[in-house]
Amino acid sequence: MTDVGTNGEAAETRVEVGIPRMPAPDYPADVRERLEADAREIIGRYPDSRSALLPLLHLVQSEEGHVTRTGQRFCAEMLDLTTAEVNAVATFYTMYRRKPSGDYQVGVCTNTLCAVMGGDAIHDSLKEHLGVADGETTGDGKVTLEHIECNAACDFAPVVMVNWEFFDNQTPESARQLVDDLRAGREVSPTRGAPLCTFKETARILAGFPDERREAVHASGPAGPASLEGLRLARGETGPPRVVAPRGETEEPGEGA
Amino acid sequence: MMTTDSPEKLLAPVLSAHWDEADAYTLAGYRRHEGYQGLRKALAMDPDDVIAYVKDAGLRGRGGAGFPTGMKWQFIPQGDELPHYLVVNADESEPGTCKDIPLLFANPHSLIEGIVIACHAIRSGHAFIYLRGEVVPVLRRLHEAVREAYEAGYLGKDALGPGKDLELTVHAGAGAYICGEETALLDSLEGRRGQPRLRPPFPAVAGLYACPTVVNNVESIASVPALMNKGKEWFRTMGSEKSPGFTLYSLSGHVARPGQYEAPLGVTLRQLLDMSGGMRPGRRLKFWTPGGSSTPMLTDEHLDVPLDYEGVGGAGSMLGTKALQCFDETTCVVRAVTRWTEFYAHESCGKCTPCREGTYWLVQLLHDIEKGAAGPSDLDKLADIADNINGKSFCALGDGAAAPIFSSLQYFREEYERHLAGRGCPFDPAAATAWAARPAGSSRGVTA
Repeated sequence: MTDVGTNGEAAETRVEVGIPRMPAPDYPADVRERLEADAREIIGRYPDSRSALLPLLHLVQSEEGHVTRTGQRFCAEMLDLTTAEVNAVATFYTMYRRKPSGDYQVGVCTNTLCAVMGGDAIHDSLKEHLGVADGETTGDGKVTLEHIECNAACDFAPVVMVNWEFFDNQTPESARQLVDDLRAGREVSPTRGAPLCTFKETARILAGFPDERREAVHASGPAGPASLEGLRLARGETGPPRVVAPRGETEEPGEGA
Repeated sequence: MMTTDSPEKLLAPVLSAHWDEADAYTLAGYRRHEGYQGLRKALAMDPDDVIAYVKDAGLRGRGGAGFPTGMKWQFIPQGDELPHYLVVNADESEPGTCKDIPLLFANPHSLIEGIVIACHAIRSGHAFIYLRGEVVPVLRRLHEAVREAYEAGYLGKDALGPGKDLELTVHAGAGAYICGEETALLDSLEGRRGQPRLRPPFPAVAGLYACPTVVNNVESIASVPALMNKGKEWFRTMGSEKSPGFTLYSLSGHVARPGQYEAPLGVTLRQLLDMSGGMRPGRRLKFWTPGGSSTPMLTDEHLDVPLDYEGVGGAGSMLGTKALQCFDETTCVVRAVTRWTEFYAHESCGKCTPCREGTYWLVQLLHDIEKGAAGPSDLDKLADIADNINGKSFCALGDGAAAPIFSSLQYFREEYERHLAGRGCPFDPAAATAWAARPAGSSRGVTA
């Protein structure tokens, strides 16, 4: 692999020989100033500054879309760590991207339950439809396809996450429509979560800065339908058993993706 | 049919009682149903009395191990000069587990109220919610709920009484299953790679920043407000002597109605399936997990096992997270176990050799077995490697990796052998999908 980053720097996967790389370049002064203010706010939330490292890595990811050497240097300087210490942490966690990726990260759950319920078929279908392998980005820079582990939504299987918002009860057809909509720039709303923002904007929320869209917190209601199954039964609302197969066709218009 | 009890009698929505109300997740919606009344009662009590009360109620941890919550609080040394911390484990990542995420999405204030009560009890001035990062809709609601709680004075200056402030920090993780292990979580929260710590010292003595720390699961803490408000006697009217109270059961997989079912501890899978329409039409239960992939799988022989700590333990498994993943006869157990094992290999943190190396070799062997390329002795080798991980790893991730292998070999060894004899998998994965055609002639779901 010889992926090359936006700054022309070699991606982490490339084996290098010879002299060590020069230190990463700093951010431009205005960017640095803005990020420093954010970083100080984050650091202030913790009794020990190093606890801010994970949020800071989300923060630098919100700036560039992935964790660059420049971002790691910034984290190190803000927390008085070495870049090696920051790199050790950044490479441990799967949510930190190590190369440029798309505006929309489409993650298909292929842990056992979702895989069996159709996640494997959805993942295969998207690879073929998008013409990319797992972990790759479409040529227009819009969609990065990934398989993900269990995302705590097994009662909505098979599940697809886009920028870590829930698209429940997916089928290969609904998932292909979803990525087509994302690539065409149409507004896409998850079954649970808020209308999609870009990956960078999502990373800023993860850094601990609440979504600036005030209404976003209310989007998609209090709970998904599966979350309410037991409650409805407990209230004596029995009704006919829900038809499970094919589940995608039983959804109310507007309810599904 | 084992029972004719109606769902109204068998279920007990407490945490989920108002999830269908449009503003359930807001402070106003929460207060409308006696929200923050448990806190009022707790703050009127001496901290030690709150600990004793929760202990007497018998509340046990809902995150997997089932350790008594009040006892965990009691281990915090008192009268020391160190800060105390409460850390809520919201890193819900155990395959099959999907209870804390809907709970936090629909009812985040139950957790926040529980946090304030717990901090009063253990004399803590700073709590953290360590939420897995991959659930942004929940993070959004937690940010807002915490903001509301600060504004209302439940958090912040003098929240626990004059001169007793309480800070609550919502911390998003970054994708690592191992951070659900409490000491790995603490390392992660300190800004390090999430790797488990050697115990002792236990977190109650030297946890976050080497200070006394309680780490509790979301559901455990969220259960405290109702317990305080309605009383320990009420709490003990549900469940059994050793496993009292209510809990969230998460039904998923090839069932007619997957979802959250809140019930007294001790309900059975047969009761849950009977009331909810059973398996999908024309299919039968083949195997299931009582509490996520790390709890040994069970079969249709175990439909009447009481789903409480003792009952599931007696059946050779663990209650775990009450993640009832149900698979019907279209599912290849070798495929299921292989995928879980790939997960454990991916998530092994690398700290200890049995788990790091063992899970890698398990995956290689299982790939060969699944495609029928392994030899007859490889099943024994599989069990042997699992045995070298189980109980010999640094933390419970290794035990979890071994559980699906041991239990599937126990119940389905013949299916492994069919893969070898037939030189491949005899199952059609298309038949197991959610959109697969139902078998001819079927109308209603059957349980077993």
